[in-house]
Amino acid sequence: MDVLFGVWDWYIGGPLLGLFVPILLLAGNKQFGISTTFEHFCYTILPGGKNVLKTYNASKNSWKVYFVAGIVLGAFIASTFLSEGPVQFLPPEYYSLQGALKLFMGGVLIGFGTRYANGCTAGHSIFGLSILNAGSFKATVSFFAGGVIYTGLNYLL
Amino acid sequence: MKNLIYAFLGTLFGIVLVKSDVVNWYRIQAMFRFEEAHMYLVFAAAIATGVLSVKLLKIRTAGKGATYNFQGKVFHKGFIIGGLIFGAGWAITGACPGPIFAQIGTGAYPALITLVGAVIGAYLYYSIKGKLPH
Repeated sequence: MDVLFGVWDWYIGGPLLGLFVPILLLAGNKQFGISTTFEHFCYTILPGGKNVLKTYNASKNSWKVYFVAGIVLGAFIASTFLSEGPVQFLPPEYYSLQGALKLFMGGVLIGFGTRYANGCTAGHSIFGLSILNAGSFKATVSFFAGGVIYTGLNYLL
Repeated sequence: MKNLIYAFLGTLFGIVLVKSDVVNWYRIQAMFRFEEAHMYLVFAAAIATGVLSVKLLKIRTAGKGATYNFQGKVFHKGFIIGGLIFGAGWAITGACPGPIFAQIGTGAYPALITLVGAVIGAYLYYSIKGKLPH
């Protein structure tokens, strides 16, 4: 049972994640992607969101809201029923006002960056690379470069 | 009804995200510091599976009129600039977009703040989109 309840190795988790590319194409000819949901929430929830997103097609992307709601549920199931004990996914320092500000800033960078790059690790690094799209390769290199540069600077300074 | 299928698929995706530990801040740190191979291997295996699956789907639909949507996104400068910005956010929060939702599901509630930030970040982008290089 350790196999199920422990951390799944890369050769289990990786292929399972990659399978969502064909699964979503087969399920409804959908391209795998997540970061459009930020745009969607911006359009549907945020006051003034409709003013900056005049051409956004909400009904075309509403399936992603169901998908991410599923992610929340699946994560709850995995951490509650399929884990040996509680796992800490965020360091303790994030459970503070200063930590909250840091997460907020990080979140803003994620929302701004993924919309500017027209995709995230799902849409570019997994789907885009699966269809061998050159632009998605450049985006993926940039994602990792941004993370490495930030982490390096944070470590040095 | 169709949307319930996507909710179900999302649930499976959330389980795999959590169980392969790719929603863990410490894993993301270790990746960006090149301290362990786990994340890189997960990505490599996911992409290899995706490439192979797309190849098989293309073979299966070859010669038939209807096919799947394999249309790639068209490159512009934002892929690089936005990509670098997103990468920094990923390093700070330990989450890319899917894992933000997964962290919330595991009970790591500060990730709700990450989500609020991301929606506001998207708003900021669309507010100044016309002034940015593309």
